[in-house]
Amino acid sequence: MMTKQNLIDYTLHLADNALIIGHRNSEWCGHGPILEQDIAISNIALDYIGQARNFYQYAAQLQGNAATEDSLAYLRDVVDFKNCLLVELPNGDWGQTILRQFFFSTYQYFFFQQLQNSLDEQLAAIAEKALKEVTYHVRWSSEWAIRLGDGTEESKQRMLLAVDELWSYTGEMFQEAGYERLAVSEGYGIDLTSIKNSWDAKIKSVFEEATLSLPTVAWMQSGGKEGQHSEHLGFVLGEMQFLQRANPGAEW
Amino acid sequence: MDQYEINKTASAEWPLWEIFIRSKQGLDHKHVGSLHAADEQMAIENARDVYTRRMEGVSIWVVESKFIHASNPGDAAALYDPANDKAYRHPTFYNLPDELKHM
Amino acid sequence: MERNFEEVFQDKIDKEIKIEPKDWMPEKYRQTLIRQISQHAHSEIVGMLPEGNWITRAPNLRRKAILLAKVQDEAGHGLYLYSAAETLGISRDEMYNQLHSGKAKYSSIFNYPTLTWADMGAIGWLVDGAAIMNQVPLCRSSFGPYARAMVRVCKEESFHQRQGFEILLTLSNGTEAQHRMAQDALNRWWWPSVMMFGPKDDESPNTIQSMRWKIKRFTNDELRQKFIDICTEQVKILGLTIPDKDLKWNEVTGHYDFGTIDWDEFWQVVQGNGPCNKERLETRKKAWEEGAWVREAATAYAEKRKNRAATKAA
Repeated sequence: MMTKQNLIDYTLHLADNALIIGHRNSEWCGHGPILEQDIAISNIALDYIGQARNFYQYAAQLQGNAATEDSLAYLRDVVDFKNCLLVELPNGDWGQTILRQFFFSTYQYFFFQQLQNSLDEQLAAIAEKALKEVTYHVRWSSEWAIRLGDGTEESKQRMLLAVDELWSYTGEMFQEAGYERLAVSEGYGIDLTSIKNSWDAKIKSVFEEATLSLPTVAWMQSGGKEGQHSEHLGFVLGEMQFLQRANPGAEW
Repeated sequence: MDQYEINKTASAEWPLWEIFIRSKQGLDHKHVGSLHAADEQMAIENARDVYTRRMEGVSIWVVESKFIHASNPGDAAALYDPANDKAYRHPTFYNLPDELKHM
Repeated sequence: MERNFEEVFQDKIDKEIKIEPKDWMPEKYRQTLIRQISQHAHSEIVGMLPEGNWITRAPNLRRKAILLAKVQDEAGHGLYLYSAAETLGISRDEMYNQLHSGKAKYSSIFNYPTLTWADMGAIGWLVDGAAIMNQVPLCRSSFGPYARAMVRVCKEESFHQRQGFEILLTLSNGTEAQHRMAQDALNRWWWPSVMMFGPKDDESPNTIQSMRWKIKRFTNDELRQKFIDICTEQVKILGLTIPDKDLKWNEVTGHYDFGTIDWDEFWQVVQGNGPCNKERLETRKKAWEEGAWVREAATAYAEKRKNRAATKAA
């Protein structure tokens, strides 16, 4: 029973990450810097909603008790959400959105590469599908990070600000939450220390090409994965969940 | 809009690209439309996002529009009409016995 | 000589031969097309906003994905249409300038607010329904690039109306509050949708020439009647009521008669006095202005890359 709950938590963590960053990216729809990129970021948001649904459906199935993808996404409160702080931060400007995407997609890339070999077949299957999407997200976001870093003086300044804003939220991705530690020992989870070096290397090489220097600050924010969020998540959920909450049990 | 402004917008706009998509392996690339992108790499990715959202393609070509050279519509008669009286280029031109197979 | 060109041109049109960008065309044909296609493109782009503001509030994950995909499609449709207009010698930036300065118009329907989730249903069913009715004949427009863009648009739009109808049907059959929400949305969106077909034929000065050039295939009133006939049947399945007490079947004409359209409201919204005209335009301008540094950076980077490659090669 303990084990099953842990698998549920682990899956929910993955689902929440995908839902919240997908939700954030979807805020760009209609407001992008150019039509072609409006479409591009909406595609990424759609990939995420798809990933979130796959993970939630699996978590719901494990949980039973009439849980559904929607009850998990729409009826849990802030403290139950297990996403990283990074994904719930407001979008900021295009540079900040791009940089967050690059940090997170790179993490997801190495993460899913391993998760597709998970002992849990369902997680492995979802990871395998998601990896294809994430591979493209890494390509897209890293190219944009380089373009903006090495673009104009203004774009460089904005990227430096974005780095300042986001860097301290990158550490949490590699800090094991309780359910992650257990997931590793039970054989279906990913050892985060094993992907940290790959992540560092990729970030370093893209930053070099983008002519951006890596920050030296060591302090890292954390807590999201264990339900201790920033104030931002409450507003995200307030907006996202209001119809479900105002009309209990209704079909949509 | 004065001349200066026109030039200003024109120089700031990302170039236009023509997009060609192979819808499946074995078919040729077909022109599907155009879009704007800052460089060729972005043009390919934009084409992927804009023109293959419904699995319309397996391969993309992009060509910056300014590099396309087109024949002049006014020359159409001189260019294409002369082919019109060369019916002997087509297989149906030839009368062969029905017994003949595999030809 | 000019007359001769004009005759050849009209002859091609009459024979249903498509006009392509480099072909000779009367200047007025070019201008009419630029105006119509860019207006159409602007409508797609501004049209993203009223629905877009519900993406973050969609009531479940399935609906969220559908709505996002739909609004994204509209961006695509705007893009196809801008591209078609660009073949006529106007740049997308110029068209944006016309939109942002208020010189170019877009469909007035998007100047109405989306107040509840049911509006997503009403927009899909009515607004997209009206749009499709306008657009299907445009697939045969005499101008090749426009016709081809419209074929693509219509193919993609086919799910838009269906998802809207599905939303309304679900709400109508749902809780009492949901049913009320659906009826309220229909009440608000019906008349603006009927007005989407534009002024009455005898007040639509461009119609005759546009029909002759086969830019337009049916008149505003013809399409409007067809729309009303179809919706009046479909609404029965929804179990909702169209807010027009004069709507009734006419044996003689074989069509539904309908009530008087408030043309004053129509012209007020066209002239900028709709509930959301200002807000929509401001939102578009803001997105465009805030994106300037991004577009400039990409241009600058592309330039640097090109120069580096050239240096390397030398």
